[in-house]
Amino acid sequence: MTNPSENAVTVRNVYKNYGEVEALRDLSLDFPRGQLTSLLGPSGCGKTTLLKIIAGLIPATSGEVLVNGEVVKAPGPDRAFVFQDFALMPWASVIRNVAFGLELRGVPKSEREAIAEKYIAEVGLTGFEHSFPHELSGGMRQRVGLARALSVDAQVLLMDEPFSAVDEQTRRKFQEDLLGLVQNENKTFIFVTHSIEEAVYVSDQIAILLPRPSRVMEIIRPQGFRDKDVDHIRRDPEYLDIVDRIWASLRSYVE
Amino acid sequence: MTVFGIKLPNMSSLLLWGLLWEFIGQIELTFFLPPLSAIFATLLEIGGTKAFITALKETAHAFSIGTLSAIVIGVPVGILMGKSRLIDQLLLPWVNLFLSAPLTALVPVLMVLFGFGIKAIIITTALFAIWIIVLNSRAGVMQINRSLVEMAHSFGASPFDAFTKIYFWAALPEILGGVRIGFIRAVKGVIIGQLLISIVGFGSLFELYASNFLMKHFWAVLIVLFALAFVIAEFLAYLERRVDYYASRR
Amino acid sequence: MLARHRANLLKLCSALIVFGAWEIAGRIPVSFAFPTFLESCAAFWALLIDGTMFVAYLETLKPLVIGVFISAVLGIGLGLWIGLSRAFDWLVSPIFVVMQTAPLAALIPLLVMAYGIGLTSKVFVVCIMAMPVIVLNTGGAVRNTPASLIEMGKAFLGSRRDVILKIILPSAFPIIFAGLRLGVSAGFIGAILAELKITPTGVGDIITYSRSIADYPSMYAAIASIIILAVLFLNVLERIENHLLRGSRKSLAAD
Ligand SMILES: Nc1ncnc2c1ncn2[C@@H]1O[C@H](COP(=O)(O)OP(=O)(O)O)[C@@H](O)[C@H]1O
Ligand SMILES: [Mg+2]
Repeated sequence: MTNPSENAVTVRNVYKNYGEVEALRDLSLDFPRGQLTSLLGPSGCGKTTLLKIIAGLIPATSGEVLVNGEVVKAPGPDRAFVFQDFALMPWASVIRNVAFGLELRGVPKSEREAIAEKYIAEVGLTGFEHSFPHELSGGMRQRVGLARALSVDAQVLLMDEPFSAVDEQTRRKFQEDLLGLVQNENKTFIFVTHSIEEAVYVSDQIAILLPRPSRVMEIIRPQGFRDKDVDHIRRDPEYLDIVDRIWASLRSYVE
Repeated sequence: MTVFGIKLPNMSSLLLWGLLWEFIGQIELTFFLPPLSAIFATLLEIGGTKAFITALKETAHAFSIGTLSAIVIGVPVGILMGKSRLIDQLLLPWVNLFLSAPLTALVPVLMVLFGFGIKAIIITTALFAIWIIVLNSRAGVMQINRSLVEMAHSFGASPFDAFTKIYFWAALPEILGGVRIGFIRAVKGVIIGQLLISIVGFGSLFELYASNFLMKHFWAVLIVLFALAFVIAEFLAYLERRVDYYASRR
Repeated sequence: MLARHRANLLKLCSALIVFGAWEIAGRIPVSFAFPTFLESCAAFWALLIDGTMFVAYLETLKPLVIGVFISAVLGIGLGLWIGLSRAFDWLVSPIFVVMQTAPLAALIPLLVMAYGIGLTSKVFVVCIMAMPVIVLNTGGAVRNTPASLIEMGKAFLGSRRDVILKIILPSAFPIIFAGLRLGVSAGFIGAILAELKITPTGVGDIITYSRSIADYPSMYAAIASIIILAVLFLNVLERIENHLLRGSRKSLAAD
């Protein structure tokens, strides 16, 4: 039995079919509160589908998702989404994009802009408040997406391959920043990725998903290196072991 | 749209509208809308008459010569504009001007210059079609991958070879797109020409039917014209999709 | 800078060449109905200063403005509905698809029979010419709103109304505007056609009258004026469009 105080999100026996296509089959998974859980798997295996079901954007065919013990039926204020393609409004300035979640909740303009300012600063975009998305690099755009998700102060952050569209250097910086966020913000992160290294680097818990129809093949919880300095993680023997182990178990599914 | 799990074909709602039309016609709501069935009956009747065949022939004649000359002139001019900056800068302002100009206004000039006949209509048709063909051919050439051109040069292609073997084919999807829109415009042009110079083709038929209040005849001709225009546009769209495969992956 | 100069110089050259050729052809003359460029300019000037042209345009622009206004309001409304509802799309789109490819000018004799030779008929002509392109562009733009933007709106708890007003409409705006521009362009064709075919009023009257008395310079001047007016107006619209979109989100509309 899962304990709602320990697990922020619980996925129970979820099935999802898109017409003929069976995307998820009997998938169950717990997401411990305050931790970062990665969903790792080859593309097309149903990671986005699972994330959107948790977000309440699409319904499961059967099974249920609990957030803080309550069944998910629609998007709610307890969850915020970071999109793979950023989903920024090209006609709106950075600050309006960041404040958009609050705008939709009816927060008055001055108040929401003050909050947005704070998170713009937190993701390191001070000075770009009045720029437009097309004037920013890919990495900066995703920072805007991240600030938008942070500014609504949801307990659960759903991130769909947030770093896949940025270059490698920016990506590494992001991963480090993400570790800082997990430490400082008392939030639950659900993080989708198809990169083994990325998953091992940032996660408290890694759920490896099998290709369609997707189930959880294995759950790995890195222990030793999580408290170490970020600079040393990639050289840590446990880190390297886990990367190897995951690859060994996934390779047979890669055609 | 799907109803009860069956996917309804794209234009199928037109059947519904046809039924509505028939209904309105049957209850004689307005004199201007006779029942569709009666219109089709009339169509069969006049379809074989000499006046109708002549109008169709004259229109087809003006349309084909008009569009053909628009293509024969427009495509090479567009390709040249795409290749040469000088020619481009000299011609582009005019092409843009005529592309958005209300060309209907030029018909009276064509009438006085070329007479109240088929010649003026052919030129009207060509004028409606040509500008978009030029512009699209130009755009097609401008987006050609530079390395494709360099490849041709490195294998020693002559300018003529490069023109016919590289530029034309590489720009073909855009050219066809331009030709399709050009044709749609030409259909409008040929009808506008005939309306204003109303002694040839369907122009005279319209005049005859309208002045005698022959509603069924009028609609019969309209439906033929609309159907022809639609078929031409769809056929060209089909051709365009056939070359799309290499437009998308170059 | 040099390139700009060169482009302007070439524009001037090309204008000189065309007008020069016109002048020479008029002097030969190639046809009794082909006045020289300078004669046409003089006639233009005469029409302009004695106020004829001004009065004529008040008349010509009336059906155009009314027709374009009706087409814009109705067309954008219908297009929005088409883009939002599959059923309505299925039901209504085909009519506008046919209207866009069909030579609608052929309906004019019918309109005259039904509505007489007054303003109503002319407004109708403008509407049937201008509306299809506005409807189809709006519908397409609304339907093609990036799915992730709509999902973003839902994920951040936007209501249906919020999503339409704050995401779908702004996102479709560039193409809607471009569709409007094409609609205005088609409306000009309609307005002139109406004046030439239905009853000669406004500029159509100048054209028809000067042709009947063989005053060809005035006829050419009137025709030139309407072309210049249309092109200038469309240019202004394009400028406004570019300004509103800050050059970043220009999209091509389908003709
Ligand atoms: N809207 C949809 N309609 C039909 N099939 C879909 C849809 N969305 C996703 N799928 C299919 O479901 C599977 C899982 O997709 P997705 O969740 O996007 O995978 P991932 O995010 O892991 O790459 C894929 O095979 C995809 O083709
Ligand atoms: Mg995905």
